[in-house]
Amino acid sequence: MKKFFKKIVNENPVLVLTLGMCPTLAITTKLENALVMGMAVTIVLILSNFIISIVSKYIDNKVRIPCFIIIIAGLVTILEILMNTYLPTMYKILGIYIPLIVVNCIILGRAESYASKNKPISSIIDGLAIGLGFTLAISIISVIREIIGSGTLTIFDSTSKLIGYKAIYNIFDYPIKVFTTPAGAFLTLAIIIAIINKIKSKKEVVK
Amino acid sequence: MNLLTLAINAILIENLILMKFLGICPFIGLSKRKRTAIGISFASIFVMTISSILSYFIYYKILVPYNMEYLKTIVFILVIATFVQLTEIIIKSISKTLVKTLGIYLPLLTTNCAILGVALISVNSDFNLLEVIIYSISSALGFMLVMYIFASLRERLDKSPIPKSFKGLPIAFVTAAILSMIFTQYIGA
Repeated sequence: MKKFFKKIVNENPVLVLTLGMCPTLAITTKLENALVMGMAVTIVLILSNFIISIVSKYIDNKVRIPCFIIIIAGLVTILEILMNTYLPTMYKILGIYIPLIVVNCIILGRAESYASKNKPISSIIDGLAIGLGFTLAISIISVIREIIGSGTLTIFDSTSKLIGYKAIYNIFDYPIKVFTTPAGAFLTLAIIIAIINKIKSKKEVVK
Repeated sequence: MNLLTLAINAILIENLILMKFLGICPFIGLSKRKRTAIGISFASIFVMTISSILSYFIYYKILVPYNMEYLKTIVFILVIATFVQLTEIIIKSISKTLVKTLGIYLPLLTTNCAILGVALISVNSDFNLLEVIIYSISSALGFMLVMYIFASLRERLDKSPIPKSFKGLPIAFVTAAILSMIFTQYIGA
């Protein structure tokens, strides 16, 4: 259990390892987008880890990367079709970034460094931990960006048909618009990583 | 859409890196030196253009007639991966100087989201063949422009005094933020 949380925080794919930057920066304008994206990546990650941990024994070492990519692409296509039917508005908002999960370095990275060497059950747990870490990281970024940039906090809006109720909170009335632009994304990420670096260096001094 | 507008749009206004956040990995990882930045950019101009054209033909000649549009993600990534591998083999047999300039960056391009992104965008926005070619070349030029500016800035940053916690990635992101603000002005809103 401790190891599980350690993976979420210390091996956080976005904030510590800086993998999977494209979706991290692009869709974090609203908390809702980040949550849906995080869930999508987590599901793909768990399934791809599971399948790859079973299959990898039978794959020749030379062609393993193309094989992994095909497995991941298959899963992403299934996800795309499902999202298109059940969450059409969300699918439109996330747009091109859903198929781009295929080339997300986090998923291929985990397949290569963990799932291909470990048992199915532990690979599933690894997928869940890394996926949650990703979701947590993009949620933090999107909360900061949405509150400062548009003054609201959206939890269910486009997904409200599926879940049953809407939840948009108005936080304050004078938003700083820069934070919703791409520049705001870079800035928020820079500040968060700088804070993490600061905490890390303090810990090292204590040790 | 006018072809010239399309080109300018792709280079400046909807810049791949700064506006669409595609290809952030090489943007951050390979922009420490100008030389590497130029190398990866040339490799991506080449691969991006050819793979978009290939994807275009496969999409309209094979997938659409058989109603298999939903397979485009899988097919495109396969096209890109095969094409990258193929170019690597061809380049290796043709010249050694090309291997030196492009060689090490080629395998990285398979997982570069910009390549798949451009292929998907050009299919999603119903471009015709000429538009696909113009769009992919100018997108790649935009990529190159930003990579070069960013690499030059980072070379300077190495020598300047930076707060300790901002060293490395954070300052790179701050630089990218300022650059992105500048590019936002091209929208002209």
